[in-house]
Amino acid sequence: MAKKMTGAEILIESLIREKVEVIFGICGGAVLPVFDVLYDAPIRFILTRHEQGAAHMADGYARATGRVGVCMATSGPGATNLTTGIATAHMDSIPIVAITGQVPTHLVGNDAFQEADVTGITRPITKHNFLVKDVKDLARTVKEAFHIASTGRPGPVLIDLPKDVQIQETEAKFPKEAEIRGYKPTLSGHPGQIKKAAQMISRATRPLIYAGGGVILSGASKELIQLANKTDIPVATTLMALGAFPEDSPLSLGMLGMHGTEYANYAIMDSDLIIAIGARFDDRVTGRLDKFAPEAKIIHIDIDPSAISKNVQVDIPIVGDVKNVLKELNKIVTKPKISAWLKQIEQWKKNHPLTYKRGGRLKPQYVVEKIYEVTEGEAIIATEVGQNQMWAAQYYQYTKPRAFLSSGGLGTMGYGFPASIGAKVGCPNKIVFDIAGDGSFQMNIQELATAVHNKIPVKVAILDNGYLGLVRQWQELFYKRRYSAVDLSGNPDFVKVAEAYGAVGIRVEKKEDVLPALKKAISINKPVVLDFIIDPEANVFPMVPGGAPLTEMLRGLA
Amino acid sequence: MKHIINVLVENKPGVLARISGLFSARGFNINSLAVGETENPDTSRMTLVVEGDDRVLEQVTKQLHKLIDVIKIADFVGEKPIARELLLVKIALTKGTKPQILQVVNNFPEARIADVGEKTITIEIVGEEDRIQTILDLLRPFGIKTLSRTGKIALPKGSK
Repeated sequence: MAKKMTGAEILIESLIREKVEVIFGICGGAVLPVFDVLYDAPIRFILTRHEQGAAHMADGYARATGRVGVCMATSGPGATNLTTGIATAHMDSIPIVAITGQVPTHLVGNDAFQEADVTGITRPITKHNFLVKDVKDLARTVKEAFHIASTGRPGPVLIDLPKDVQIQETEAKFPKEAEIRGYKPTLSGHPGQIKKAAQMISRATRPLIYAGGGVILSGASKELIQLANKTDIPVATTLMALGAFPEDSPLSLGMLGMHGTEYANYAIMDSDLIIAIGARFDDRVTGRLDKFAPEAKIIHIDIDPSAISKNVQVDIPIVGDVKNVLKELNKIVTKPKISAWLKQIEQWKKNHPLTYKRGGRLKPQYVVEKIYEVTEGEAIIATEVGQNQMWAAQYYQYTKPRAFLSSGGLGTMGYGFPASIGAKVGCPNKIVFDIAGDGSFQMNIQELATAVHNKIPVKVAILDNGYLGLVRQWQELFYKRRYSAVDLSGNPDFVKVAEAYGAVGIRVEKKEDVLPALKKAISINKPVVLDFIIDPEANVFPMVPGGAPLTEMLRGLA
Repeated sequence: MKHIINVLVENKPGVLARISGLFSARGFNINSLAVGETENPDTSRMTLVVEGDDRVLEQVTKQLHKLIDVIKIADFVGEKPIARELLLVKIALTKGTKPQILQVVNNFPEARIADVGEKTITIEIVGEEDRIQTILDLLRPFGIKTLSRTGKIALPKGSK
């Protein structure tokens, strides 16, 4: 007969069986029994200062390691504080499991103290969620949660666990496999469709690979590189796919879309065949839809059938895991005759390189270039959201997957710093930078305490322009420079803030101080906040105005 | 265009909210939704009538498939299912109108009297959409006071 265990014990034992090494979160009344078991469990617990930080840390951990990130919070406000982080993970298909305490089952629905309908609130922002009302269901639920989070198109799963269920005892049985009849992701692509795709590729004259975050999630970088090398077809990546294809390859066009390279945007708009891989034709990528790539046929490979023909009509849909499909495609694909096309792309690259105005005050692009230089391109870069995110995407050369962590879909300011902490916990031997803005950093600045106390030596590079910079840029360009509610006067002294938390703060105002400061930051085995005072009106270019076709790019240097 | 979709789901709390939430979040329009247990108490069958072109129908089906609690979907594209709806119609009653109303009811096997009161008569109608419409059109002149309908349920024809 199996030993009797409490719900809390079953939960922690299940997490151990899922090989969870770390949980990010905050304790509270409705999860006390779980934390009591956690007290001497072989799982590291990182106490954050806000539950939003915990969710982003689990997310950063998951993106950097490819494993499921776990966060935990109490009922009510603890759970609602997780929601921004859960929604962030949901939009970018990141596998996390969030565990929340709930008021005891007999109080559910009674407006009890710290009660919120958490499964109701998180239903649209999770891949799936569970309210466990019977301790007998708990072990199976945890198994299913990890299975759902990490397979198919990954995503966040929430388990809501009432306090009385944490205390109830049962003879626990831990299932080895999850068996869910309504959930069977299609993993292999249809051979007939793959053959058709290969034929279409061989006949293309202006083909382009448009790679999305699915390539990274599927672990298919190697297969993508093989496809490009075998066919000579150039590759543009989305923000989510930075690093999925090495940007130092001559076939790389860098990022496409609203702030993509001019040559990537010209190439996709002029192409006669788009091979979309693990991407979803987001509005930030396509620009104005009815003007998007008018002559292109489209092959779309994705594990999520609902991503196919959602925004654009696709000629050859292939539903399956990107890695599997590319492996099969690479076996039969042949090189098309595209030398004229490649020459045209070379010309675009030469005539429209990514560049910025130099001289005058410290330029954020220069800071990012130096971060690349000093880390030799080997760091993990997390970003906040806004100009900092775009400069980090444009001016750091990404050559490996899982090295660029950014809230692409939801665009969550405050994501980068906690995500960098999660990434550093998962990859302690990597240098981890959060490229931040002064606005975003303050949205989760409290996690400095978490980084310092837990000795997680991440580096924060604030590109400090004293503005909500990207919104200011839109106001400059489209609202007659009427800077409404974007001036961040009243910012604290970030060096002093860092020091107050026990981290190291360094302020940099001159170009020549950038490199020494970065070297110093890396040499210190502590969290470091670098406050780079940059040109306050530096802008992100190129830029496709919202709703315009991709070819209508604004250029900063024109 | 209207489409009938049958969705076989886990018979669990919250499943209806997942389905209706999906429709509101994605901006799909539901004309009607009927739900009940199947031959197996573990599962429920929902019949949805959805408004939209083929592209909308394709997205609706794909999005429904993504829900973990959805087991199976039948969209009846290119086939006509057996579809029925139940209506209860309360109609104003006067001495003069009673025989005429009864005549309508007697002429249609889909209709029968469910309840007769002093001032109203309640008729139940079970049938296909066009027949229901015909009966309603004939009853309307007598004054419909209240109308309640279940929404369509459907099953494929033959042994499927």
